[in-house]
Amino acid sequence: MSLKILGAGKAHPSFSLSNSILSGMVDTSDQWISTRTGIRRRFINTTETLLDICMAAATAAMEISGVKPRDLDLIICPTIQGDNIIPALSCEIQRELGASCPAFDINAACTGFVYALDVAKSYFDAGRANYMLIVAADQMSKFINWQDRETCVLFGDGAGAVVLAKGSNLKAIKITAKGDSSLLAIPGSTGNSPFWQGGSPPSYLHMKGKEVFKFAVNSMCRDITDVLEEVGMDIGDVAKVIPHQANIRIIQSAAEKLGLRDDQLVTGVDRYGNTSSASIPILLGELLESGELKEGDIVVLSAFGGGLTSGACIMEI
Amino acid sequence: MASNQTLEKIAALISEDREIDIDSITRETTFEELGLDSLDTVELVMAFEEQFGISIEIDENLRTIGDVADLIDNITG
Repeated sequence: MSLKILGAGKAHPSFSLSNSILSGMVDTSDQWISTRTGIRRRFINTTETLLDICMAAATAAMEISGVKPRDLDLIICPTIQGDNIIPALSCEIQRELGASCPAFDINAACTGFVYALDVAKSYFDAGRANYMLIVAADQMSKFINWQDRETCVLFGDGAGAVVLAKGSNLKAIKITAKGDSSLLAIPGSTGNSPFWQGGSPPSYLHMKGKEVFKFAVNSMCRDITDVLEEVGMDIGDVAKVIPHQANIRIIQSAAEKLGLRDDQLVTGVDRYGNTSSASIPILLGELLESGELKEGDIVVLSAFGGGLTSGACIMEI
Repeated sequence: MASNQTLEKIAALISEDREIDIDSITRETTFEELGLDSLDTVELVMAFEEQFGISIEIDENLRTIGDVADLIDNITG
């Protein structure tokens, strides 16, 4: 007993930030960005709040699912941070939807969506929910230093949502953590406490790119291998693999090691950049909408991110 | 100074992986000369880790094949 997806939705801000605009802002180029990362454009919040984007994704998913807000038993938002520190983004969505269920956010950085599926499975397995809404959303544009050419080119804003019900379509799931603040971190704010004796760094993302690359490729390979082994499946049985869309080079490196065919590998990093927790459900939503993923297809999701966290799962659509 | 054996193993790995003539890979050859960017270098280091069964911390100063060979020999003793 686990869960199944009844509906999926996705949304992004209206402003499309191209590599050429970025080249006018910091010392970079379309060529450098494309070859190092595969990113060509990303969407950035200007007037929209993250809540706006979430509501667009959530209402789309709810509509497809046919589930009403009053029927929801739980809302979970994987997110690094919503528009506010409190209330949680999930609580704001609950209010806007007119739902009356409990709601909480999960911060597993870019692995958030897989972490949320793991939590959801536990609720369904325990008989504590009939319907759940997961809205994975991040606005990395507010946590990066727009003067740092190494990081400001990597990220975009967006949201992906799924409505879940009891089912048996989640075949295997694995999540991991390996606490480390040296490779990938966004410092928290310290306010104006007159008593705090530590520093007050700005809340900008900093990352040791090469070490993170290594962690990401190794995690993706190990996690996908582990979940396939758990259910006795071969990589050839999988219709689509949706990796977290951090960087095309990570994805390609892992894909080669795993022996993935081109038709199996799903990418969208060129169009969205790294949207953190939203990156997988955005592409899942696209594939379901287009019909490229259909009932009976086996899809593998694989994520990795700050924490350091990682996770993978196998779903039958 | 890294042993010839380590250098040869590295050169062979790069030669096969990147389809480069093995004779053109020497101690002094830089990754840049081989047409490798920083992420290609990380991938290579990962291949070396697998080959030698060790963990290599990515150092900003890994510029030449000799640099990597020395590092590997230091780790493997």
